[in-house]
Amino acid sequence: MSTVLPHSTSATDIDAPIDEVAVSLIVNGKTRHGRCEPRRLLVDFLREDLGLTGTHAGCEHGICGACTVLLDGQASRTCTLLAVQASGARIVTVEGLASGEQLHPLQQCFHEHHALQCGFCTPGMLMTAIDFLHTHANPDEGEVREAMSAAVCRCTGYTGIVNAVMAAAALGPMPLPAGALPE
Amino acid sequence: MKPPRFHYHAPGSIPEALDLLAHYAGDARLLAGGQSLVPMLNFRLVEPRALIDLARIPHLSGIGDGDPIVIGAMTRQRAVEDSPIIARRAPLLREALRWVGHLPTRSRGTIGGSIAHADPAAELPLILVTCEGSVRVEGRAGSRMIAAGELFDSMFTTRIGADEILTEVHVPAVAPGSRHGFEEYARRHGDFAIVAVAVSIEPNAAGGQQVRLGASGVGQIPQRLVAAEAILEREGLSADAIAHAAAQAAASVDPVGDANGSADYRRHILGTLLERTLTRTTAPIAATA
Repeated sequence: MSTVLPHSTSATDIDAPIDEVAVSLIVNGKTRHGRCEPRRLLVDFLREDLGLTGTHAGCEHGICGACTVLLDGQASRTCTLLAVQASGARIVTVEGLASGEQLHPLQQCFHEHHALQCGFCTPGMLMTAIDFLHTHANPDEGEVREAMSAAVCRCTGYTGIVNAVMAAAALGPMPLPAGALPE
Repeated sequence: MKPPRFHYHAPGSIPEALDLLAHYAGDARLLAGGQSLVPMLNFRLVEPRALIDLARIPHLSGIGDGDPIVIGAMTRQRAVEDSPIIARRAPLLREALRWVGHLPTRSRGTIGGSIAHADPAAELPLILVTCEGSVRVEGRAGSRMIAAGELFDSMFTTRIGADEILTEVHVPAVAPGSRHGFEEYARRHGDFAIVAVAVSIEPNAAGGQQVRLGASGVGQIPQRLVAAEAILEREGLSADAIAHAAAQAAASVDPVGDANGSADYRRHILGTLLERTLTRTTAPIAATA
């Protein structure tokens, strides 16, 4: 075959060793470059290669939502996404929410409404809720419960989480965090 | 739980992707949104030699405003859900999309990927079958259309060739004044349905109603409930006719029982869901009749 294969790891020999791929992301407003195996999950790239351990790997098959980040402004699960698939995208992780010691308004609502116990699910809860609140003004409690069913918590029983998201909704329209989309 | 090793290709055109498929001779997987394939890789239920990522091919996403509505295979489910064209002209598809996984999976999941995956419990294959849609597939010899009724072979298996790529989903636009309903039963919202039903009622040229009913979870592939459709077209949309049609639908299917529900349970759920959805869908029609 003479075809030129973009991103090809082995154009001519299918038994050749698998080469690493280049991955470039804009994470929380900063351009980050890395190289990894094609099979590297985005959650592992964020945690292991970039040292951003706020994003948590839970079930690792797209059920629990703990690994949710904003990808080009939309909540997306990073355990069901290869890092190489996301190359070129803008990512916001939980580390991108607070400004120094100043919590993001949604984080403040979680704090005030006791919306976490162990905190393992909280990063995914926050990123799921930001996208939902950004795209749904004035949700009722049923809509909030349905939206937050995308993320699993094993401690709180959800009442605090639902109350926190309702409280954040009452603050008015939820902007996307800085760096979620191109300026 | 991590994926096994594989070669990764992101071709820039369909011909390149077809060459790669041929090159790996059945040992490569096409990657669309990855919301089913990546979990399967994580579990190592599949261990392909290569992944061919379709996301870098231009013009594979977008929604046309013709009839049929042509949706690019790589169009994200969320973009379909948010499309004013779909809301106006394919409202059954829009309603069903709200049941597909959760918002974060619809951000990445594609319409073509879900249909080609052919999960027997998935919503999008059911909608395609119910509304008599079709898909375009491209192969090295050219492209061909496959009608929804011919597309699904058995669970997780379609009649798309191993050397072909699904590139477009065609959904007929509904006539003005049509009605639709979709409902499913699952243990938790966002889980795969145990049984799902889709209802479309369109005014036809003869002044009557064209009724289309579909169900999943009651067989290996989504199916039209033709006996129940015939009852409604013959007897109208009264409460008695709906009850008759729902009972006939439940009797007409031959589900396979599994851990999520026995065959009898699935038949029972089908009858209940169909009666409920038809009653809800036709309520304003009955009130004015």
